[in-house]
Amino acid sequence: MDPRPDGTRISAASADPAGPGRRTEAAGHDLRKRARRVLLALVVLAPIVLAGCQLPTFGAFRGATTQGQDAFKLWQGFFIAGLVVGGFVLVLIVWAVFRYRRRSDQVPRQTQYRPFIEVLYTVIPILIVAGLFVFTVITENEVDAVPSTKVTIDVTAFQWGWQFYYPATGKVVIGQTLQQPQMVLPVNEPVTIHLESADVFHGFYVPAFNFSRYAAPGYVNTFNFNVLHTGVYRGQCTQLCGLYHSLMLFSVKAVTPATFERWVHQTSGHQPTIGQLKNQIRANGPGA
Amino acid sequence: MTDVITPAITGDGSRGSVAVEAPSHLHEEHGPTGLLKWLTSTDHKVIGMSYMITSIILFYVAGIMALVMRLQLAAPNASLVSFAQYNELFTMHGSLMLYLFAGPFAFGGLANYIVPLQVGAPDMAFPRLNALSYWLYLSGSITMMLGFLVAGGAAEFGWVAYAPLSNAANSPGLGPDVWIMALVLTGFSAIFTGVNLVATIFYLRAPGMTMFRMPIFTWNMLVTAILILIAFPVLTSALVMLFCDRHFGTHIFSVQGGGSPILWQNLFWFFGHPEVYILALPYFGIVTEIIPVFSRKPVFGYKGMVFATLSIAALSTGVWAHHMFTTGVVLLPFFSLLSLLIAVPTGIKFFNWIGTMWRGELQFSAAMLFCIGFLLAFLMGGVTGVMLASPPIDFFTHDTYFVVAHFHQVLFGTAVFAGFAGIYYWYPKFFGRMLRENLGKWHFWLMFIGFWVTFMPQYIVGLLGMPRRVAVYPSNLGWQSYNIISTVGAFIIAASFAILLWNFWVSWRHPIPCGDNPWDAHTLEWFTTSPPPHHNYTHLPPIRSERPTWDYHHPDAPAIPHGEGREPKRDKVLVSS
Amino acid sequence: MRNESFILLGVAVFFGITGLVYWFTSYEDGGTAMLAGTCLLGLLPGSYYFWWHRRMGFRPEDRDDATIEEGAGEVETFPSSSIWPFVLGMGAFMLVLAFAFGMWFFFPAVGLILTALVGVTAESRRGGHV
Repeated sequence: MDPRPDGTRISAASADPAGPGRRTEAAGHDLRKRARRVLLALVVLAPIVLAGCQLPTFGAFRGATTQGQDAFKLWQGFFIAGLVVGGFVLVLIVWAVFRYRRRSDQVPRQTQYRPFIEVLYTVIPILIVAGLFVFTVITENEVDAVPSTKVTIDVTAFQWGWQFYYPATGKVVIGQTLQQPQMVLPVNEPVTIHLESADVFHGFYVPAFNFSRYAAPGYVNTFNFNVLHTGVYRGQCTQLCGLYHSLMLFSVKAVTPATFERWVHQTSGHQPTIGQLKNQIRANGPGA
Repeated sequence: MTDVITPAITGDGSRGSVAVEAPSHLHEEHGPTGLLKWLTSTDHKVIGMSYMITSIILFYVAGIMALVMRLQLAAPNASLVSFAQYNELFTMHGSLMLYLFAGPFAFGGLANYIVPLQVGAPDMAFPRLNALSYWLYLSGSITMMLGFLVAGGAAEFGWVAYAPLSNAANSPGLGPDVWIMALVLTGFSAIFTGVNLVATIFYLRAPGMTMFRMPIFTWNMLVTAILILIAFPVLTSALVMLFCDRHFGTHIFSVQGGGSPILWQNLFWFFGHPEVYILALPYFGIVTEIIPVFSRKPVFGYKGMVFATLSIAALSTGVWAHHMFTTGVVLLPFFSLLSLLIAVPTGIKFFNWIGTMWRGELQFSAAMLFCIGFLLAFLMGGVTGVMLASPPIDFFTHDTYFVVAHFHQVLFGTAVFAGFAGIYYWYPKFFGRMLRENLGKWHFWLMFIGFWVTFMPQYIVGLLGMPRRVAVYPSNLGWQSYNIISTVGAFIIAASFAILLWNFWVSWRHPIPCGDNPWDAHTLEWFTTSPPPHHNYTHLPPIRSERPTWDYHHPDAPAIPHGEGREPKRDKVLVSS
Repeated sequence: MRNESFILLGVAVFFGITGLVYWFTSYEDGGTAMLAGTCLLGLLPGSYYFWWHRRMGFRPEDRDDATIEEGAGEVETFPSSSIWPFVLGMGAFMLVLAFAFGMWFFFPAVGLILTALVGVTAESRRGGHV
């Protein structure tokens, strides 16, 4: 920022013997000053305006769980930050490209360093990054929190299907590829999920929950879902796991706690084991 | 046969250029000719050219694989290829593009050719090691392609080969074995090239070419070479471990034997993330060469540029686990912070490029257009990269088409936009003839349009939940229209590459001679003839800045040194006093 | 040589610090081992170069005011062509094929590699430089 009052600059420009070049310089200063005022106004006003109206989703799901909603808010923040910063850089590039097209064979001023500007565009990005990091850590702690809950589900991924086991009642749901299994859980209460894999790495991904986690061989991943609305949500394996990775689908059905209690106490009847299903698909393919 | 380079120095009077007198017989091409010349040459220019031609051929092959995949995905349940073939295609597409095209084209091809010229050296420091690098790279490439010929087909586990999917039980057959062996060969080739580049830059610079007068391209290649030395040994040793797991009964990566599958991911990404910057930094260097030349200004913030490169490289080695956020066993804040921080030096580079153009005299040759294309592509890829550095966002975009779009925008921006900028820029130096500028502009605009049409829909479909590496997808989710747009874009890109081939053909059949310095460029390589003679230089200009050739031709327009950039400052003092 | 050694020593310092921070925040051994290895990778050649800098001072290519004439003398001895890299490369090719396809590739591999090593050594003794 230029610390001097405007009057000084005008006198400096008019007193300048250098002539027209310097005068455009002064006009440029005024223009820049005005741009700065507009920018300042935008920075101050933006949060107020944004808080007042519903932000667009920017393509992501709003999140059907509390965790998913936290992630969604962070996504909105990052998207806006990206729009502002990316848009700013884009404007600079486009401006430079159109404004400084070659008009003459003259050699332009061979400027190489402007220490003040260089420091400015080092420090400001660091501050932005620091801000983004703080919000990241806050959201991350909310998404990854695993308080103990009443309902627990053990999920085992295998090539190429899923097994959902409810340890409280011994209920099992299992299925693979075209007979995709359905995980049932109650709404409006946190549910703990223990996720692991029987063979290779798989990815447990429910797009509407804004969440995925690897199903890993050899260790168990634990996380919580608190689903907000009843409904059926599709899920899919994201981590390449071999031949029929494309078909490794499942779904999550969120029901009222009472319905869930009834469902989980029904006996699941005879269910095939993971080994049986794997042998079956290797022998017959996914169509069987 | 051996050449002893003995520069007997004589001033030639004309504006201070100095003759580097080598024995006269060295100036002519001598030794074997034809095929034998190619097989035995240790000239960095011949080796560099072989590297570039081989890698561009592999680029086209991998591009055709991409077209087949895009065709398959144009319909939800297409059966153009089987599941197994689809897995082979994306594995080989990724492996060819990342291991055999983008890296070798930059550090084996361009750097090999350009770096000795830019520092004023007669050749690379170890010419025979350099030749060995190429032969290892070529045999590695052949080994990789052999995968399609063996029983059971090529490797199907993705270019990352996650254990335990890559073990003998889940990926039986020879395909994975030849894949591993191909990477062992190319890994050694890269390490040797890295050693060679570091030694050349440290020991063979011309007098006066201090470290802080090296062109940014050479700086970036030095940093890339150090990154290669950090990253590639880890990959090679991980591959040896994988091979032992597959064949010699070890259990390094298997749970059953007490091993750790996650170790593979740690080792692989400790290589893999620096590798991303091994693929990016050389191309940053290319852009930093071209933008100043076509703006007729020095690089803005040269020293800041160097330190930005160094800090990108340093940070890039501490962020490997941001590919593993969803494994649940990595330290999220540590890797998130370092990943976010990479945006800072990258941003500095952006502002320096813009600052270079600012108040310049921009000439939009094909090379410059490709650089602008790079800036826009990398800006988009960079912004989404910052989003992915945040674990909660990565959780729902990881392994979806969002990530696919992100890294294609980054890598296509660097390796393709900037890489082809480099080809259009240095082609006159390589062959002494011009490429057709109008064809180059057609190439650019088609590719530029195709690029956005291909990859922007992939962001959207990724956010809708489409995972990567799937051959089919449900038809009721509205994903198809995005995939069709993306497929159309891929074919527009393919058409643009046909124009490039046509351009090569025209320039070969109807050459337009270009002279030594058609662009009025800055760096040393434009001082010698096009193409450069054996052992590169007969004369060298005095080296007093990072643009000796410019200084020689424009003695009245040196870069304005530190602190004198802001003229108004003097006025302020006058006025206030 | 000074700036060159500083770059590599910088690598050592950065990865030394990062390695310590990483170890004490995560206690994860794989990553720490790799960061420690990278620290050494910078430390060994970096201190070697620094030692050389102490011994020989600033070379013409390290000085701002050096003239091209100061580079007079023999730069280096470069082979202008050599078949041995190709032979060695093909030997390495055969060797990895032996691991993939079976041991019958092993014998030509060893033959080629040994021939190339002998050849390249003899070439160097006649004057040359790898």
